[in-house]
This record gives sequence, structure tokens and C-alpha cells, in this order.
Amino acid sequence: MHKRLALFLAVLFSTLAAVLGVGAGTAQAEGETVFGFLFQRKGTERVAYEGVTVAVKGPKGFTGKATSDAKGRWEVPLPGPGRYTVELDTKTLPKGVTLTDETKKSLKVEVLEGQTKPVLFPLGKSTRQVESKWSQAAQLTAEGLRFGLIIALAALGLSLIFGTTGLTNFAHGELVTLGALLTWWLSTGVVPFFPDFGGLQFFPAAAIALIVCGLFGWANDAGLWRPLRRRGTGLIAAMIVSIGMSIFLRYFYLYLFGGSTRQYPDYRGATGIDIGPISLAAVDYWSMAVAVVVLGAVIYALVNTRIGKATRAVSDNPALAAASGIDVDRVIRVVWVSGAMLAGLAGVLLGLAQGVNFQIGFQILLLIFAAVTLGGLGTAYGALVGSIVVGMFISVSTLWIPVELKNVGALGILIVILLVRPQGILGRAQRVG
Amino acid sequence: MDWQRIIINALEASVGLQAVVFALAAIGLNVHFGYTGLLNFGQSGFLAVAAYGLAVTVATFDLPFWLGIVFGLLGAVVLALLLGIPTLRLRADYLAIVTIAAAEIIRLTVRSVTFEGTFGGSDGRQGFAGGFYDLNPYPKRQYNIGEFGFNERQMWILTVGWVLVALSCLIVFLLMRSPWGRVLKAIREDEDAVRSLGKNVYSYKMQSLIIGGVLGSLGGFVYALGQASIQPDIFGTDTTFFAYTILILGGAARVASPVVGAIVFWMLLSLTDNVLNEAIDAGYISSSVINNTQVGQFRFMLVGLLLMLLMIFRPQGIFGDRREIALDAR
Repeated sequence: MHKRLALFLAVLFSTLAAVLGVGAGTAQAEGETVFGFLFQRKGTERVAYEGVTVAVKGPKGFTGKATSDAKGRWEVPLPGPGRYTVELDTKTLPKGVTLTDETKKSLKVEVLEGQTKPVLFPLGKSTRQVESKWSQAAQLTAEGLRFGLIIALAALGLSLIFGTTGLTNFAHGELVTLGALLTWWLSTGVVPFFPDFGGLQFFPAAAIALIVCGLFGWANDAGLWRPLRRRGTGLIAAMIVSIGMSIFLRYFYLYLFGGSTRQYPDYRGATGIDIGPISLAAVDYWSMAVAVVVLGAVIYALVNTRIGKATRAVSDNPALAAASGIDVDRVIRVVWVSGAMLAGLAGVLLGLAQGVNFQIGFQILLLIFAAVTLGGLGTAYGALVGSIVVGMFISVSTLWIPVELKNVGALGILIVILLVRPQGILGRAQRVG
Repeated sequence: MDWQRIIINALEASVGLQAVVFALAAIGLNVHFGYTGLLNFGQSGFLAVAAYGLAVTVATFDLPFWLGIVFGLLGAVVLALLLGIPTLRLRADYLAIVTIAAAEIIRLTVRSVTFEGTFGGSDGRQGFAGGFYDLNPYPKRQYNIGEFGFNERQMWILTVGWVLVALSCLIVFLLMRSPWGRVLKAIREDEDAVRSLGKNVYSYKMQSLIIGGVLGSLGGFVYALGQASIQPDIFGTDTTFFAYTILILGGAARVASPVVGAIVFWMLLSLTDNVLNEAIDAGYISSSVINNTQVGQFRFMLVGLLLMLLMIFRPQGIFGDRREIALDAR
């Protein structure tokens, strides 16, 4: 009898212990881990690779190892959050299978508390490597053209405002951001101060955003810059005021929007359409078309319409323009409204290309300056040419220089241009000195 | 709300590391903008060159501490030459755009993955301040008056920092009452007139750019040593514009104004930070309106607003003279 009880208790305890042990095991699995799948797409099929070794190194001498299972999955439990180096043992890969990028066999990852961190090693031949330098260059030129056109929209506004008022507006980037943020808010329906707004389609959202941008531009002029001009505020003082405004608006956007980068809800993960060696998403093609049409319209207006001619007259010589009966304040108002709308449109398109965050405009501000200076400060066509050059240069230069340094190249060119031809490509020498 | 804590924090901030760093940066800008009328928007670049010059020499190449200081200072001089040669002949706003671009080039380069081995990427560099703290004469303990006080490391860096601030002010004072300084001020007022008197304006501007840059770079050293680590993103454009706000708050073209500006500025920021945080914790402000992480954003909004309002309503700041400020582009 006692023996049976003892046996029963022993079984009970060992079961309990086993359960607890498993429990402890699960608890550990719920801690930090890195995992991944080793596979390659062949057509529509997914070929998984079994028996490939992945080694993990971490802080305090931690090392871990895992081998992929039949589904190609591997997983290494970690002792805690921190920075880890995950390395794929390329010798254990099946014959003929290689990493897409041989230099990426060791990856550094940051694992947060409680995070199950996916680490991917892309396998198989890269489509990039198959491409010749020329088709790569074509693709980058197309991307550069898209970016250049976006910059051109913003640069044209900046250049017109500079031409008519002499203001170097450091808050122009925030006008760009405003367009993108408003479009995101209106199309998701998460509008600050109006929680019950409800989402709109992308196009009406963008249209309303542009109208609000125009109103904001008008408010900028009427509420701030016109009174300052009346008081005879110097150009440098005005420039510093615009810097203050840029800082204020940027962090106000951060307060409203948060620090993350988000996509417009209607345009997540579009597929590419190939034209020759160039592969861009449909949205890229039509955003370029929109930019070209709008830029063309503005140039046409500048050359042929009354207000356009008046704008150029004010740019040339405000006093003379005023004396010949042009209402300078009205011209400047129109320029501010259209400049802000152009900047807003640049923001909408930039948001499509790279996602929306609180400082997308600020991040391209210096590139806009570079474009405007390159073309010659205050000349509208110069801004256009400068923008395309800057956009193309940034994109195509990544053939030779690392991607994260592409803006360095553009800013370097800006300095060199000022050294060689300070009036810019299309500027007049008399403007400088 | 713990008012005693709030006030002590504000007092500590007013003499703390940030105040020293930005006082030095603003003293440099004062030479550029206040006295010469040069619109240098790349002051953060000078700080970055000094800080990275020191950190890379010691942490990456394992060379002695003093050599790091030498390389940092040389870096600042070279940067001033590189910036000045193409742009000092040009109009004021060109210099502004080129300097801000150069500062961004420096920041993007030191944070890039390509040069991670040298500059440490976005994590920056640490482990270079040992040589400095080995010289620390303060024994290890807290140095307090009541609740207000610092530990021995902070005491050491703050002593060195404030001595540097005092020396910089003395240098600026002596320079600006010399004939050389009067030429600078004349350039600010009317460049063509000075040129017609046979002075080499370009050379004077270049000297001003170098001296102001080197004075500002001292701020970079103090920051790097005080934090014992540096990251590239602290040398962004906002740093430059904080220094401008401080300079304009104190009043440009006055010797002591950057110092007063820095003290007042950091005291104000600490006050708003702490008052807001305490008010949120105490439930006076609903956390749906603003939460503790957003207080930092509020601080930047405040700086932006301060810069705008100062420039519009009181461009001469606390001490300055409105007639002495270079506010019109040439």
C-alpha cells in the first residue's frame, strides 16, 4: 500500500516537475530571442534550407548557436536585451547557395526588452548584381529625376519668395512637411484636435491639404512677414526669425505627429512597373507627371500671365515695380500662397516616395537651398535646373559612394559651385558680391 | 510640486555643463556675427571637429590626451579656412548656407557606417576622457551647499569650463578694444568703406572666422570631456541655433552677453522642463495634453518661439545696442 502511494506521489511530483520544467522553458522562450528563416524564392515556390548554422555573439561574452530546421527556421534565445552580432556560417549552406550580398554575412542587431527579433539573410543571386552598370545608372537616373522634380516644386516656391521679398526662408521645409502631415492626417482620419473626422480618399485629402497649405502661406505673409516688412526689419533679422519659426513648427509637428515614419494608408507596398531597365511603382510615374504639369503651369504663368509678369518685375526691382503701378504687396501675397502650395505638393509627393515623418521637409531643406543656389538665387528657371541636377546627382552618385553619404556629395557640390561660379548656373554675376 | 528641487535644478543648470558649452559656442559666434557681421550657421561643425578630433585621436588611435586637444584645435582652424576661402568674398546669406551645409557634411560623415571604424557611427565614441580626469585635483566626494552641488568629476570639468569661458571673454575683450577689433567692427558697419581705407577685408574676415571658430571649438572639448562620450547627432543644426538664441538673448557685440545669455537660457529651460514635469506628475496638467516625453519637444518649441520673439521685438537682447547689430544683408 505504502509502496503504491510512494509510487503515485513520485509520479505526481515528477509530472509536476516536468510541467514546471516545461513552464520554465516556455518562460525563457518568451524572453528575448533572435530568429529567422533561411530560404530562397524560386518562382512562386519557397525553398527552405535545413541544417545551416547561425552563430550569435552578444554582450558579456554571450555566444549562442542554432541550426535551421526543415522549414529553414532557426532561433537563438538570448540572455537579455542588448546589441548582438548574428553571423551566418556560409560553409554550412548547401552547394550553389550564396548570400545575396557576401559582405552581409554578419549582421548587427539591437534587441529590445522582450523582443523576438527577426534577422533575415537574403539568399540567392541579387537582381542588382545581374544588372549592368548601365541599367543601374538608368534606374538611378529615373529615381533621381523623381526626387529632383519634388525638390524643384519646393525650390521654385523658395526661389520666388526670395526673389520678391529677399527672405531666405528657413521655415520652407516646414511648409513641405505640413503638406505631407495634413495628407496623412486627413487620409487616415486621425486629425489632431478633430478626433471624429473620419478618413478621406487620398486625392481629396491631398487637395484639402494643399488648400490648407495655401492658407497657411497666406497667414505667414499676412500675420508675420508683411508686418515685419512694414517695420523695415533687416533681411538677416528676418532670416533668423524664420529659423525660430522652423524650430517651433518642427517640434510642434513632433508633438502632434510623434517621431515615427508612416505611410499613407492607400499606398502601402506598391509593385513596380518596368519600362526598359527602369522599374518604378505606378504612383512614382504619376507623381512625376503631376510635378511636371504643375511646374510647367507655374513657368507658363510666370512668362505669360499678368500676375506672373508682375512677379518677375517685383523680383527685378520692387521700387520700380511699385512706381509703375504694380501692387507689390498683392504680388508678394500671391507668391506666398502659391509658394506654400507648391511646397505642400512637394511634401505630399515626398511622403509617397519615402513615408511621412515630422521632419521630411527639414531633411531636404539644405538640398532645396543647394538647388536654388546652384541655379542662381532668386531665378525661377535656375531653381528648376538646379533641383534636377541636385536630384540626379544625389541618386546617381550612389553608384560610387555609399548611400548614407549621398547628401554629403550634394552639399559638397554646393560648396564647390560657390567657389567656381558663385552666381549659380543661370544667375547673373551682379547679384553677388 | 517640489519647488525647492525645481529651483535647485534651475541653479545647477545655469552653471552646468550645457551652460558652459553653449557660452563658449556663443562667444565664438559673437566674434563672427556680433563683431564682424559674419553669418556663421555652422558653429556646431566647429564643436564637432574639436570633439571628434579629441575623441578619435585618443579612442581610435590610442594617442595621448594633449595630442587630441592639439588635433581638435587644428581641425577647427582648418575648417575655418575651408569655409572661409570660398565664401567670405560672397554675400552674407551665401556664407550662411555654406556653413550650415558644411556642418551637416561633418555630421553625416562622422555618423556614416562607412567610417564607423574611425568615428564610431551613430553611437559615437567614448573612453577618451580618462587622461583628463587623471588630472582631477578634487578628491572623490560630493561638493554641496545644501542640496545644490556637484560630484568631483563635475566640479573638475566645470572649473576648467568656466576658466575657459573667463579666458575667452578676456581675449575677446582685449581683441575688440585693439585697433584690430575696431577694423572688425568697421567691416560690420560698412565693408566698402573699410576696403577704401586700404584694409584687406578678406583677411580680417578670415582671421575673425578662425578666432571665433577656435573659441567655439573649446565648447566641443568641454562637452566631450564632460559627457565622457560623444554622438554625432548632438552636433546638428539645432545646436548652432541654440547658440544663436543665447547670443541674441544676451545681446550681440557685448563681451559678457553670451555668458549671461547661456546662464539665463539654461535656467529658463530647466525651469520649464521641471515645472512641466512636476505639474504632469502632480496631475495639474492632463497627460492627454502633454506627457513627460513630450516635455522635451515643448522645450524646443519654446526655444523657437523665443528666437522669433527676441528677433522681432528686442534684437539687441538684454545688454546689446540695436545700432550695433548686423541685421541688414550686404
